[in-house]
Amino acid sequence: MSRPKRIRKMTNPPHFKGFRPIGLQEENNPVVINYEEYEAIRLCDFELLGQVDASKLMDVSRPTYTRIYESARRKVAQAFVLGKTIVFEGGKVYFDSEWYACNYCGCWFNHPAKDEEIQKCGLCGSTDIAQYEDETLTNSIVNNNCNT
Amino acid sequence: MKIAITSVGNSPNSKLDSRFGRCSYFVVYDTETSSTEYIPNPYKENVEGAGPASVELIAKRGVKKIVSGEFGTKVKSLTDSLQIQLIILKNPEQSINEIIEMLKH
Repeated sequence: MSRPKRIRKMTNPPHFKGFRPIGLQEENNPVVINYEEYEAIRLCDFELLGQVDASKLMDVSRPTYTRIYESARRKVAQAFVLGKTIVFEGGKVYFDSEWYACNYCGCWFNHPAKDEEIQKCGLCGSTDIAQYEDETLTNSIVNNNCNT
Repeated sequence: MKIAITSVGNSPNSKLDSRFGRCSYFVVYDTETSSTEYIPNPYKENVEGAGPASVELIAKRGVKKIVSGEFGTKVKSLTDSLQIQLIILKNPEQSINEIIEMLKH
């Protein structure tokens, strides 16, 4: 029996279900992009992280990260060329919700209901909120780089 | 929606307890009925595992938000999977009444 997959860590899943090509009538069988593949594309091409840093954020090895990323890119290309629908679904992941800070009442809060977009402070209802930078996470990446 | 607030005492004028798992009382405030309930924390003197046990206690009451001064390392993964929001207040001088007023926004 093969070794079980390591559970990939991710911060926020997409808050929509997928994409549909414009101008095509029929919905042929969709391309299913896993949450881990979505996260791989987000880290590498949206946050512009290197694969080493991105793999640490997802808590997998660098070669595994590359495999996930490659599979994600191939699925996106398939959907583009063949005009297929993209659906975000499944994947072996666990969620690590991020922290937000409210500039009005000064509290910190997290947001576990990932499929809804965060809009206001959980305590005072103010919309003056900002994502809180996780220093410990950034520090641990810096430390890991020093060690290697 | 029910919101739990950690408290040092069992009156509305008590201050926020800055620790979650080993606070003295949990105040469960219901936004629909504006009622409050004071629950003494049975895990206050626990050597270990007070945080997860407290989460279980208040999750059974259908709480969706927890307000406290700080949370232990075991709490966040549990509340993430239970879809409970954590709110950290760094100002320990606020009373339960003041926090409930803020929640009414």
